[in-house]
Amino acid sequence: MAIKAPESETQVGKGVEFSYYPGCSLHSTAREFNDSIQAIFKALGIKLVELEDWNCCSAASATTLNHALSLALPGRNLAIAQKSGRDMVIPCTGCYNRHKTTEFELRHGHSSNRALIEESVGFKYQGNFEVRSLLDVVGNQIGLENVRQHVQKPLTGLKVVGYYGCLLLRPTEITQFENPENPTLLNELLRTLGADVQPWSYASDCCGGDQTLVKPDIAVRLVNRLVDRAQEAGAQAMVTVCPLCQMSLEMRQTVPPKAAGPSAAGAKMPLFYFTELIGLAFGLEEAQSWWKKHLISPVSLLRSVGL
Amino acid sequence: MPDFNFIDQVNTLSEQTIELCYHCHKCTAGCPVVDQMEYGPDRILRMVQFGEKEKLLKSDDIWVCVGCETCGARCPNEINASRVLGALREIAYLENAAIAEPGAVKFHRIFLSLVQRTGRMHEVSLLALHKLWTLNLFSDLPAGARLFMMGKVPLMPSIIKRRSEVKRIFDATDPKKKQVSHGD
Amino acid sequence: MSRIGVFICHCGINIAGTVDVTAVVEQVRKHPDVVFAADYKYMCSDPGQELIKKTIAEYQLDGVVVAACSPAMHETTFRRAVASAGVNSFRCECANIREQVSWVHQDHKEEATIKAVAISRSIIEKVSRNETLEPITAAVTHRALVIGGGIAGMQAALDVANAGFPVILVERQPQLGGKMAQLSGTYLNFIAAPGMLLKIIHKVNTHPNIQVLTNAEVKNVEGYVGNFQVRVDVKNLDQNPASAEQEAIQTPSMVEFTFEVGALIVATGWERYSQALLPEYGGGEIPDVIDGLAFEQMLADGGRRIRRPSDGKVPNEVVFVQCAGSRDPERGVPYCSKVCCMYVAKQAMMYKERVPGGQPYIFYIDIRSAGKGYDEYVQRAMTDCHAIYLRGKVSKIFRDGGKVIVWGADTLSGRSLEIAADLVVLATPMTPDPGAVDLGQRLHASTDANGFFTEAHVKLRPVETLTAGIFLAGAAQGPKDIPETVAQASAAAAKTLQLFSHEKMTVSPLVATVTAELCAGCGACVLACPYGARSIHPLWNIATVNASLCQGCGACVVACPNKASQVHNWRPDQIMAMLDEVL
Repeated sequence: MAIKAPESETQVGKGVEFSYYPGCSLHSTAREFNDSIQAIFKALGIKLVELEDWNCCSAASATTLNHALSLALPGRNLAIAQKSGRDMVIPCTGCYNRHKTTEFELRHGHSSNRALIEESVGFKYQGNFEVRSLLDVVGNQIGLENVRQHVQKPLTGLKVVGYYGCLLLRPTEITQFENPENPTLLNELLRTLGADVQPWSYASDCCGGDQTLVKPDIAVRLVNRLVDRAQEAGAQAMVTVCPLCQMSLEMRQTVPPKAAGPSAAGAKMPLFYFTELIGLAFGLEEAQSWWKKHLISPVSLLRSVGL
Repeated sequence: MPDFNFIDQVNTLSEQTIELCYHCHKCTAGCPVVDQMEYGPDRILRMVQFGEKEKLLKSDDIWVCVGCETCGARCPNEINASRVLGALREIAYLENAAIAEPGAVKFHRIFLSLVQRTGRMHEVSLLALHKLWTLNLFSDLPAGARLFMMGKVPLMPSIIKRRSEVKRIFDATDPKKKQVSHGD
Repeated sequence: MSRIGVFICHCGINIAGTVDVTAVVEQVRKHPDVVFAADYKYMCSDPGQELIKKTIAEYQLDGVVVAACSPAMHETTFRRAVASAGVNSFRCECANIREQVSWVHQDHKEEATIKAVAISRSIIEKVSRNETLEPITAAVTHRALVIGGGIAGMQAALDVANAGFPVILVERQPQLGGKMAQLSGTYLNFIAAPGMLLKIIHKVNTHPNIQVLTNAEVKNVEGYVGNFQVRVDVKNLDQNPASAEQEAIQTPSMVEFTFEVGALIVATGWERYSQALLPEYGGGEIPDVIDGLAFEQMLADGGRRIRRPSDGKVPNEVVFVQCAGSRDPERGVPYCSKVCCMYVAKQAMMYKERVPGGQPYIFYIDIRSAGKGYDEYVQRAMTDCHAIYLRGKVSKIFRDGGKVIVWGADTLSGRSLEIAADLVVLATPMTPDPGAVDLGQRLHASTDANGFFTEAHVKLRPVETLTAGIFLAGAAQGPKDIPETVAQASAAAAKTLQLFSHEKMTVSPLVATVTAELCAGCGACVLACPYGARSIHPLWNIATVNASLCQGCGACVVACPNKASQVHNWRPDQIMAMLDEVL
C-alpha cells in the first residue's frame, strides 16, 4: 500500500520511506548529487531504500531507436518497486520522465501499450504506488516549512536562478507537475533556504543535454545562451534539478559570462544541484566535499558571499 | 496520391493525429534548435502529410531535435511533434535509410547494447566505444580525464543480478524479431 | 409675445468648465420673450426635468429652451418633460452649447461664452415663432408581401402568418424552395435539405394566412410604409384563381394582381456565378469542371450520380477549389462568399463516404469556419476523410487526355503542385439574384456595388432598408448559410410585426407644407424630393405632401421658386431671426 503525503506541509510522518531509483548517472557522473541527496534525507530523518537490482531506463537512446523498448525497460523497475508499495522517488529527471511515461501508459494508455509493457517485463501492474520526482517530494511532501526548520546557515547573498530543464515539466499530461511556462516551486524552495532568487524567463528552456555527447555543438549553443541569460538576470550561479543538465551546463560553457560576478572576470558560471544547496543551508559539513566534484568550482563564489 | 502507408505508419508509431495540424508554426517558433534545422517541426509535419518518406528519413532535422517537448506542450491541436520526429528516427533506423547522423545512431546503439548486456550504463565503455567507432578520439578528452580524477567515472561496470530479465525485455520489443503493434 | 423659460445646463464641467453659465443666464434674461432663466448642473437628470415642469407651472411658460448638449442627445427627453407639464412639445428646443461651443473652444473661454449666448438667443427667437404641432397619424395595412419563396421568404412568411396576419408570398419559379432545394446533405450533421424543406413548404402551402403565388413576379411598387400598392404578374392563371378582392387584368398568358400591403420583405436570394468568368479554370468549357451546386446535385440520392460528366465514370481524385472567383477584386468579386469553406468540407466528407476509395484535395487560402462547431467540423474533414488541404490559389485548370490538370501551390511547404484530377469542383461565389438591382430601383431600396441589398445600418439595423416598411432577409442581403438566413427571416418578420402591432403609425409633424396660393404647380419640388413625398394634385394642380414619406429635409423649400414650400417650424422668418442673433 502506498504511503500518501500528509495533509499539512508541516509534518512528515515518522517512518516515511521511499524506494530510491538513482539511475546510472547518480553513481557516476552525478555522484555529488547522490551524496547530497543521501545527506539531506538523513538529516530530515527519511529513509531512502535503493531499488533492488534496478536497471537502466535507457532514456534518450531507447526513445530514439525503439519506442516500445523505452516503455518496457522502466516497467521492470516499476515491477520491482510495486513489491514494497513504497512511492518511488527518482532524482534524475530524464529517468523520472521515462518512468512516469511508463506509469502513465500502464494507467491511462492504450490497452495494447499496457499489454506490451506487462508482457515484456512479465508482471501485472497493480498501481499501488506513485513515481515521484525528487523536487516534488522535497518541495511538496516534505514541505518548505519542514525544510525551513532545518536551515542553520541561510544562503544570504547568494544570487541564483532556478533552472528546471525540460523533462521534469513536459509533456504536461504525463508529469502533471508544474506549469512549464512559469514553474515556481524550485524558486520558493531556494528562497526558503535564504538564497536571493533572481526572476528570469528561461527556467524551462532546453540546455541540449540529450545531445551533449552526441552532437555537442547543439548543446554548446543552448548552454551558452542560457548562461548569458542567467547572467543578465543577475545570477551568480544556476541551480539545477537534473544531472544531465548539470553536466551539459558544466561541460559546454565555452564563452565566459559577459559581466563578472563576484567570481573573477572571465570565469564560468558555477552550477549547483538544488540538494547541494539544501545541504549547505542545513549546515552539513560534508557539503564541502561536494564542491570538489564540480567541473566548475563554486568555492570562490561561496567564499565571496561568506558561505 | 500520397504514400498513405507511410503516413499511417508515422501516425501509428507516434500516436499523433498529424492531419489535425493547421500549420500555425507555434512549434517552430518555440523550438530551441530550429535555427540548426533545415525544415523545422512544422514543415516536417507537412512533409509527413504529403507522405514524403525519403526526404524525411534522410533529413538531418530529425537528429538535431533535442527532445525538449516544447513543441508538444504548446501545440493548439495537441500534436506532439517531438513524438513525430521520434517516429521518423525509429523508422529511419529500422529501414536502414540513409541516415544523416550516423554518429548519433552509433551512440544510441552502443548505449543500448551495453544496457542489454549488463542492465546498466557504463560511461567509460560508452564513450570509448563511441569515440572509437566514430573515429572521434580526442574530443572531450580533458573533461573526461578530470571527471575520472574526481572519481565520477567508474572503471568497472555495474552489472545487475537478473540480466536475463532485461534481455527478455529487449527480445520482446525487438521489431525485427516480433511484430510489435502499439498505440492502436 | 411668448413666455419662454431658458435653462442653461452645466453638464458637470463639460459646459461650465469653458462657458460662464452665470453670464449666459444674465444675458438671455434680457430677451423680451424670456420670463425665466436659470442654470443647473445636469438638466437631463430627474431633478433637472422636474425643474422644467415646475417652472412651466409657476411661470405659465408657453415655450422652453434648454441650452445644453446636442438635440440628438436629449431633445426627446426634454420634449417629453415639457409635454407632461402641458406645453406642446414642439415649443421646446435645444440650444447646443456643448458640442458646438464648450467642447470645441476650450481655450477661448470668453469667446465661448459670447457664442453660447448668441446660440441660446437664436433658439429663443426660433421657439417664440414655433407653431404648436401634433404628430401625424397614418393608417397601416395589416398585410405583408414577401418577395421570394426560398427558405428566407418562407420562414418570414410563416412568422408573420403565425402572428395572425395575412401574407402574400410571391415566387418567380414554378415551385417553392429556392436554392436550398438543390442541396443534398447540410452541415453540420448531413441532414438532407429537401427533407427539411418539405415540412416548411407544406406548412406554407396549407397555412390559412398565406397566399402563395408561384410563376409570379413583382412588377411595380407604389406607396409608402403601411400603404404599399404592389403589382404582381402571374403566369398560368389555372394555378392561381383570382379572388374577389384583387383586380385582375387578363392577358392570354399573364394575370396582373394589385395588392394593398403594409410591409414588404425582400428575400430574392442568390444566383450562381458563371464559370465563363473564370477562363483560367476552363471558362465553363470543360465538362469535368463543375461548380459547388452541381456537385451537390451529384451527392444527393446516395451518390449514385457521382460521375464524371465527360465519360460517366466514377471520379477517384476530386479537386475542390475554394475561392474560385471570390476574394478577387481584380477579376472576380471582392467579397468572401462565407459558406464555401464549410460546404466544401461537407462535400469532401460526403464524397468520401460514397466513394470510399476516392481522394479529395482541397485548395484554400484561408479556412473560414466561424459558426458554432464549425471549426471542429472542418477538422473532421481532415481527420475522418483524409482530405488533403493545400494552401494556395489554383492558377490554371486545363484538359490533358482524359484528366483535368490542376496547377496550384502549397504555401505551407513552399511548393507548386500539379494534380491530375478526374473531377474538379469550383466553389464559386454566391451572387445576388440578377433581378435584384432592378427590383431595388422599383422599391427605392438601394443595392451595393456587388448587387446585394443594403441594410439601413451595418451594425444595428441589419434587416431594414432605408425605405421604411421594406425589410430584407437571406442571401439577398449578402452571402450566408441556412441558419443565418432563417434568423434574418425571423428578424424581418419581427420588424414587420412591429409595424402591424399598431392600427395607425405616427410620424413626425416636422414635414413640408405647401402654401396653395403661392404654388404654381411647376413640379420642381416633385423632382427635388429624394423620398418621393411630393406630387402634383391631379385636379387642383398644386403640390401636395405625403407626410408619411416626407423627412423634412428641405430640398423642396430650396427648389420652390415661389417660396410656396416650407417646412414646419423651419420657416424663413424663423431662420432670418436666428441669423440676426448670431451674426
